[in-house]
Amino acid sequence: MTLDLSRWQFGITTVFHFIFVPLTIGLALLLAIMQTAAYRTRHDEVKHQKWERMTLFWRRLFLINFAIGVVTGIVQEFQFGMNWAAYSRYVGSVFGAPLAVEALLAFFLESTFLGVWIFGRDRVSARIHLASIWLVSAGTTLSAYFILAANAWMQHPVGYKVVGDRAVMTNFWAVMTNSTLISSFLHVFTAALVTAAVLMLGVSAWHLLRSRRAGQPPHPVFSASAKLALIVGAIAIVATMFFGDNQARLMEKQQPMKMAAAEAIYNTQNGASFSLLTIGNLSGQPVFQLRLPHMLSVLADNSWNGPVQGINQIQAQEAAKYGPGNYKPILWVTYWTFRIMVGCGILMLLIMAVGLWLMYRRKLDDSKWFLGLAIPTIALPFLANAMGWIFTEMGRQPWVVYGLLKTSQAVSNIGTGYVVTTLIGFTAIYSVLAIIDFGLMARFARLDPDAADEHDHDNDSGLVSGEDRVPALVY
Amino acid sequence: MVSTVAAAVPPYTGLEVFWFTIIAILWVVYFVLEGFDFGVGMLLPVVGRNDLDRRVLINTIGPVWDGNEVWLLVAGGATFAAFPNWYATLFSGFYLPLFLILAALIFRGVAFEFRAKRALPAWRRTWDHAIFWGSLIPALLWGVAFANILRGVPIGRQFSYYGSFFNLLNPYALVGGVTTLLLFALHGAVFLSLKTTDEIHERASRVAKILAPAAAAALVAFLAWTYVNAHNAHDTGLVPPFVPIAAIVAVCVVGWLLRERLEGWAFVATAVGLVGLVATIFLNLYPRVMVSSISPAFNLTIGNSASAPYTLKVMTIVALIFTPIVLVYQGWSYWVFRARVRRPGSISVPRHGTGGSSGLSGAGDTNPALTASGDADSPPGEGGSS
Repeated sequence: MTLDLSRWQFGITTVFHFIFVPLTIGLALLLAIMQTAAYRTRHDEVKHQKWERMTLFWRRLFLINFAIGVVTGIVQEFQFGMNWAAYSRYVGSVFGAPLAVEALLAFFLESTFLGVWIFGRDRVSARIHLASIWLVSAGTTLSAYFILAANAWMQHPVGYKVVGDRAVMTNFWAVMTNSTLISSFLHVFTAALVTAAVLMLGVSAWHLLRSRRAGQPPHPVFSASAKLALIVGAIAIVATMFFGDNQARLMEKQQPMKMAAAEAIYNTQNGASFSLLTIGNLSGQPVFQLRLPHMLSVLADNSWNGPVQGINQIQAQEAAKYGPGNYKPILWVTYWTFRIMVGCGILMLLIMAVGLWLMYRRKLDDSKWFLGLAIPTIALPFLANAMGWIFTEMGRQPWVVYGLLKTSQAVSNIGTGYVVTTLIGFTAIYSVLAIIDFGLMARFARLDPDAADEHDHDNDSGLVSGEDRVPALVY
Repeated sequence: MVSTVAAAVPPYTGLEVFWFTIIAILWVVYFVLEGFDFGVGMLLPVVGRNDLDRRVLINTIGPVWDGNEVWLLVAGGATFAAFPNWYATLFSGFYLPLFLILAALIFRGVAFEFRAKRALPAWRRTWDHAIFWGSLIPALLWGVAFANILRGVPIGRQFSYYGSFFNLLNPYALVGGVTTLLLFALHGAVFLSLKTTDEIHERASRVAKILAPAAAAALVAFLAWTYVNAHNAHDTGLVPPFVPIAAIVAVCVVGWLLRERLEGWAFVATAVGLVGLVATIFLNLYPRVMVSSISPAFNLTIGNSASAPYTLKVMTIVALIFTPIVLVYQGWSYWVFRARVRRPGSISVPRHGTGGSSGLSGAGDTNPALTASGDADSPPGEGGSS
């Protein structure tokens, strides 16, 4: 019971945290780009104003989102010890290191320079203010790298040996350059850019539609934002798929069961087809299936007729290797999460392609149907992120560290009552935060970029020099 | 079978001692830095009479609180990597208090960012509560936690915690909690007297003068009790007496320093008090990291809870390279924000002073929230996009 509840708790807190993190990573980089453009156009009043206003508009959404990402991240640092004490003892020597390094290298960087960026406009030069958003962006990106180093080690342990009852690190460099890490970092980082770009496109579309309805010309902030979002988003979605494909190939070698479970392939096949969807059950006798011939072999092995191992064969191999037991993840979870993730990706790719074409034809600001479509598209990257994360974690089951430690052996020796308390507690807190965050994001996303909001600190900076200047209050 | 610690000391490696020291330093810095921002949070309803005052108070810690909190995350991560058994036993054992601390830090963290986003009084009141309780609960519970680590909790075989939540609520630990709470509150009040002006400054000073004797009394009580416990367990040898004495002396002179208007020195004194408190706990603890109340044989020590030597070595290299860099830029950010925070609305400076550079310009006038009328649809403030 403690095990199942702890798994639910980890799943809920981590997926919730991961709603905000990709947007933070992506928006930080986009803001750095916008502010750089504002800085470089500082002698051209019109262009400068446009980039400056863009930065100020998106910055509000960034900060609301950042706050929740930070506070839910604190829980991540401690819940391994709380609910997964046996895991922590077993892996601490390897897994703890990237976590500690993440805090030292990434968290200090992002939190300190975020403070400078929010509050320092009238206290540091424009150049240093610009440098601080780049450092925030570097901090968030580094943070992703280190936490994925820890996660990649759970997927594909390297640079360690087992001494007694624990895994001990033997090669830090190997841990930090794990092939699984490189591949998943690139996938997650580009997906983060997609997330930010799609949000930016959707919010801009809402504003462009509104000014169209009011018979006003498109606002330069949102025309430019939509274009930037389309360019960055289109490149990033292609890259996300490319690196995702790269990950799938690695997975086929490193975690064959996960790949087979993603596809619900029971028996090893040559020239395996890719299942688009299944109606009925996944246990070999589906009522209806749509399949792309040879596609899975191409994805997994880069060859038309390459073999793709089946669940039954891998189960037999793993049972022979690790002893009797069930080595299959929950198939409907892996099958559908994988499909939904890939499906969202393909939809976003199509939407970005159409958007680019409209942009090329200079019809973007007038295309009512496309702008209308871009708004609900905002949900897709968030859904894809959550599904991808659930897939990669659930697909590794029953292992917590693949081939080394099972999830059932990893849990803390604590009473069920405690876990119930914190599970309910965190879920309740996160639900409240989600509602407040969604409300604030929606409110600030709809704000007119020319109007100062009630506390807009960006409009009263840098006015006075000398000892008696009184900058406005930010918070 | 009470064995004195000195007799039980196996030859610990230099790296184990080094990492114990590093983690102690991380907690010291965390208490000194987040200590004052917890204090400011707790004093929000006391020193802040109205919304504008409270905004001034929050803005004194606005640029730095998040960076301060990272010291906690580094302490957590470093404990995980360097002493996995300590990390696992501590956080699975102190399960509910840790949950309360995390919940408090969550609400407090978002409160800083969200509070100013709406002008509705109910909205702001709600977040004021979040900041107050979100600061008070960790301020109390960190003291409770460290007092328990030192006092001993039921730890049995294989580093497992056999106690319940209520084992942690013993009188000694509660005195520890009250001590950190009062010290943080005092530290925050002194910080505010350094960072504010006029009425708010006066009020903060007054509150600090009231808190100073209370904090000193709690600190004396806690350290004396700690000394008695250590004396009974025959492990007093490792705490040089000047450490707790320096802490007590420092906190005792805070009131006098404030009366003499030596606010900078008063802040140094409260910081010394916190350093001395945490140092006493860690020195008394060494070479244990958690004490078992069942048997000394079940104590967690830097030896039996440490990570592999290779991990410690790698972490040492990373720490030696990057900690100085972090200290430089975090120190620099404190330097950037060294000025006192003022109430823009309260100062009567002509709107456009010499060369368009008055002390107020824009701030008080175009920011509707500061004149308490605002909502999001207010007219644009076309101020300095410089």
